[in-house]
Amino acid sequence: MAAKPDAQAGVMPWSAKIAHDWRRHWHLYLMLIPVVLFYLLWAYGPMYGILLAFKDFSPRFGIMGSPFVGLRYFREFFNSPFSYRVIRNTVLINFYNLLFGFPLPIVFALLLNEVKNRYYKKTVQTITYMPYFVSLIVICGIIVDFTASDGVFGEIFRLLGLTPTNLLANPKYFRSLYVGSELWQRLGWDSIIFLAALSSVSAELYEAATIDGAGKMKQILHVTLPGILPTIAILLILRIGFMMSLSFEKIILLYNGLIYETADVISSFVYRKGIIENNFSFSTAVGLFNSVINFFLVVFANKVSAKMTETSLW
Amino acid sequence: MIKQNNSEKVFTVFNYIFLFITCFITLYPLWHVAMASISDPLIVYSRRGFFFLPAGQMTLRGYTLVLANPNIGVAFLNTLFYVIVGTGLSMFLTILGAYVLSRKGLYWNIIVMKMIIFTMYFQGGLIPFYLLVRNLGLLDTRWSIILPVAVNTWNLIIMRTAFANVPESVVESARLDGASDWRIIWVIAVPLAQATVAVIALFYAVYRWNEWFNPAIFISSKSKYPLQLLLREILLFNDTSSMTQLGSVGQSQQESYRMLVKYCTIMVATIPILIVYPFLQRYFISGIMIGSVKG
Repeated sequence: MAAKPDAQAGVMPWSAKIAHDWRRHWHLYLMLIPVVLFYLLWAYGPMYGILLAFKDFSPRFGIMGSPFVGLRYFREFFNSPFSYRVIRNTVLINFYNLLFGFPLPIVFALLLNEVKNRYYKKTVQTITYMPYFVSLIVICGIIVDFTASDGVFGEIFRLLGLTPTNLLANPKYFRSLYVGSELWQRLGWDSIIFLAALSSVSAELYEAATIDGAGKMKQILHVTLPGILPTIAILLILRIGFMMSLSFEKIILLYNGLIYETADVISSFVYRKGIIENNFSFSTAVGLFNSVINFFLVVFANKVSAKMTETSLW
Repeated sequence: MIKQNNSEKVFTVFNYIFLFITCFITLYPLWHVAMASISDPLIVYSRRGFFFLPAGQMTLRGYTLVLANPNIGVAFLNTLFYVIVGTGLSMFLTILGAYVLSRKGLYWNIIVMKMIIFTMYFQGGLIPFYLLVRNLGLLDTRWSIILPVAVNTWNLIIMRTAFANVPESVVESARLDGASDWRIIWVIAVPLAQATVAVIALFYAVYRWNEWFNPAIFISSKSKYPLQLLLREILLFNDTSSMTQLGSVGQSQQESYRMLVKYCTIMVATIPILIVYPFLQRYFISGIMIGSVKG
């Protein structure tokens, strides 16, 4: 609740409270208006378009005028062979990405924290944060170049005595390429927050542990990890909450008909059906399905976080 | 210092080696591109695999071709426009909104915060978003790039948390001195939250520099293309025709310059960011932590 503006406000009816609040703060509210308008237009505006999912959209009649078809497009999606494929791929790619992309930055932060030489530490940090700033287009360009049969990976295959192939033409490599390149780009960056948490673990605890004769491993297990556990918990919950809303940009830049089997996810399917093939209603329906799942995941994550850490995320 | 025993020495050595390898793997792809971009075009064209050092006769020919290309120049200026205007607008909206929302005792703040946070839980989706831009008549305008993503909710929340740490007593005494809220924001709040402001500005600027998806679905005229869209054509659609044909390269050589031009374009598009970010690195930890410790 808001702090009491003054003693009198407590006994006022709410309409008078609002008027009083406005008189007192109108110059602040004035500065809030642009942001409110931004959200109304660009975040709430598209929500109106969700109606499309239940209508047979024709540009001639617009969103309101198009005939209502109920759940037809949802049925169409779930009855098509693609629904299973894109849902499975979405879950799997996200799951692998979490499995590798979450713990490794923690390990990396722990290792970096043990480096006593300041310059070495700083250099490692500067280098490993860098890929985060490289554009996705460039990264995908490099991936395409490296994965060609005569590219760097081809060369590595040759050195290992295997037959080089174009990795992006073979469905079985896509998930590894996706997760691996995400890791390459984010390992250092994602470790920043854990490094910061590590630096706040009190030095006295380490001294006490050393006096008690605890070795490095014991210290990490009994002092360091418990010290950053709240940070780990919050971030894990956040990641799970936003798991299904992974960016499909990398996928649509890299995939092709040969590897849809493992690469096509819900959001890339929505993009292809809607933007490329102009199936607006069908695509909106599939997108809505995705949004609803996201919604429940985030609500669930927030509930868990509120229970576990006694501070909800928002 | 406490003396290290043997097992700790072994750990330290392995740790340094492991981190070195991580750095090597992180750097190699960019190093590879950098080395290939100054190699002999014929070698780059015919031989792939690793590039630890420039192969053959070193040349800057690829760079002169790329930099002399008018398409790159136009795209570069467009990106510069999107970065400057976009980041400016984003910072303006984010700072104003975050400051007001960070003040205590305003009734509407609770409602507005709920309204903003709900948009993290639920979005309209790609097609309704596309149709909104289309219905507003913004297709193929620069506004379709600048406006829809001007405020990022995460950045707004981080900024708000940073402003919440500006003590009310400081604000109150400035107000008693006759300063308006507008003045308080720019003269007191922003300088006090300097680290976070710098990091958020960097986030917005990098986002704008690297942005490609909205331009790809909204922009159709090449004259408004940002650099990343041109890059996509060159790197992923394998279309270097716009690059070599205008240069002073003979017909027969064009094909062999294709790969070289690719590598040089990557460098030209990546170097500016890599130059800027180390200067802001010292703000990362403080800037991000302030915002996320209590979100």
